[in-house]
Amino acid sequence: MNMKLENFAKSRGVFASLYKVLADMLSRPSGKLGLSLVCFHIILAIISPAITPYDFKVMDADLILKGPSALHWLGTDNLGRDILSRTMLGGRQALMVTIVATFLAIAWGGMLGILLGLIGGWIENSILRLVDAFLSIPWILFLLLIVSVVGLGNAILIPTLAFFYGIPVVRMSRAATHDVVALDYITAARARGESRVTIVRKELLPNVLDILLVEGAMRWSWMLLAFSSLSFLGFGVAPPAADWGLMISGSRSYMAIAPLAVLAPVVALSTLIIGINLSADALAKALGIDRAQKAPV
Amino acid sequence: MIKLVLQRIVMGLVTLVFVSGIVFVSVEALPGDSCTAYLGRLASGQRLENCRQDFGIERPALIRYAEWTTGALKGDLGISMKRNKPISDIIGNRLRNTLLLGLSATLIGVPLALFLGIIAGLWRDRRPDLWISMIAIIAMTIPEFVNATLLILVFSIWLGWVPGIVTTPPNAPMIEFLSDIILPVAALALVMTAHILRMVRTSVINVMGSDYIQMAILKGVPYWRMVFKHVLPNALLPTINLVALTIAWLLGGVVVIEVVFNYPGLGRLTIDAISDRDLALVQAIALLLAAVYIGLNLFADLLTLVANPRLRTMRR
Repeated sequence: MNMKLENFAKSRGVFASLYKVLADMLSRPSGKLGLSLVCFHIILAIISPAITPYDFKVMDADLILKGPSALHWLGTDNLGRDILSRTMLGGRQALMVTIVATFLAIAWGGMLGILLGLIGGWIENSILRLVDAFLSIPWILFLLLIVSVVGLGNAILIPTLAFFYGIPVVRMSRAATHDVVALDYITAARARGESRVTIVRKELLPNVLDILLVEGAMRWSWMLLAFSSLSFLGFGVAPPAADWGLMISGSRSYMAIAPLAVLAPVVALSTLIIGINLSADALAKALGIDRAQKAPV
Repeated sequence: MIKLVLQRIVMGLVTLVFVSGIVFVSVEALPGDSCTAYLGRLASGQRLENCRQDFGIERPALIRYAEWTTGALKGDLGISMKRNKPISDIIGNRLRNTLLLGLSATLIGVPLALFLGIIAGLWRDRRPDLWISMIAIIAMTIPEFVNATLLILVFSIWLGWVPGIVTTPPNAPMIEFLSDIILPVAALALVMTAHILRMVRTSVINVMGSDYIQMAILKGVPYWRMVFKHVLPNALLPTINLVALTIAWLLGGVVVIEVVFNYPGLGRLTIDAISDRDLALVQAIALLLAAVYIGLNLFADLLTLVANPRLRTMRR
């Protein structure tokens, strides 16, 4: 385990090590599958507005809950809208929101964690108490609380997700910093009289980065889960937008007649989440971090 | 030993105080208050003033916080304006129903997870492990509402074995729920099993690689004897804590599953309260769920202390 960690930390340049990690991930079947699923969904999200066969919000009273046909490959939903088009578009907002929120969460959580690990003392302890307190509020309750009082929309969802999912990152990156801070090269840097900023930037960050990367991949999949659960519950994306969670909740009552209206977004959402998780697993293995033993906080 | 136990209990209490603070402050800091939420579009002028006067909202936040927390300690969670009833009356039956759901899922999920996790750990990277791990990663990553919807589609629509949604009223006796909860419990247990079995698997693998197991193998201890005497006690101890954390994390999933199955528990009440903007009720539920979480963690901590003699002297 340590071998790989050192390799990553020592190898020259970000791109060289990134290439190595990618190659390692692709050498595993699960990593290959995971990365291709993720890439497929990202590419689909980018190009889907140009290639959908129908407009996602056009309703047709003659085509309500029709099965698959040559014109509508996956049939139509309860308002006569084309399911294939809606499924292709359904991940755009979820992907955009969760990717931005993941980066923000890792950035603030990681930075605060490193600082706490470096400073220590009562500040560290009291902030950690606060972190524990936040973690004992069920995620869905926290998100619903904010969304219900402040309102819906991406401008609220992104910072809320970034804030809430950054909290466990604080703990993780503090723990990782603690492992590093006691090592000789940090003492050496301190003895050389390096400033704290330099120590963080040159010594700590590169060594905590791989743990943050794996954390980020995991947080991403949980945020996606949270985002789609929210829109399923009616607190995320507003209709008539095409979103997988919303599509599943809207078509649920007609499942007996048009199962594809539910199954298509289910398959799309599941493949994306499974893809992210497989990639996260492969990334963790490539970086030599064991993630299975951690509780999903 | 006693000092350690007390320390854990105090830590739990401190966390609970922090949580009550966070819940209170977040509702307080957000724009609007219970009265604007309650009155909705009518919230202006005299009506708003009267409402605030009636419910004492114009008083300083600190005093209201003190009242709220001391009331909660006595079991009085305040009054829901929307429902015009004491919150403890509303929550009572709902909490019981959710506990029924959660406990049933735990009783099925945890033993199953231990069994499968041990098998996967002992046969690491061979066929049983590959299958178990693959199914586990799929089950734990797919959102609960997707699992639940698929279960309804297959078992109640296509096969017609069990009812798809619960129609029993919230205050019905528990026995009436037994046929209703099959699918919700299955959906919840699926996710729970997947999470816990992965932890058990890793733990078993770690112990199997340790020196004392190598020693036991070299000594010629029969395989299954070694598994039961040496591997399992050491592998399962650290998972107690993780199991508690996971169960608590799954509280979020309970909310979604209750909505999907229309199950009259605390989760659906939460959604209803939020749709109605019944802030007092939301606050109360948040505090309650957090208390459950902290309680579970405390219980797991103490259980680990009792079960693992090594921790009693060591400071963690």
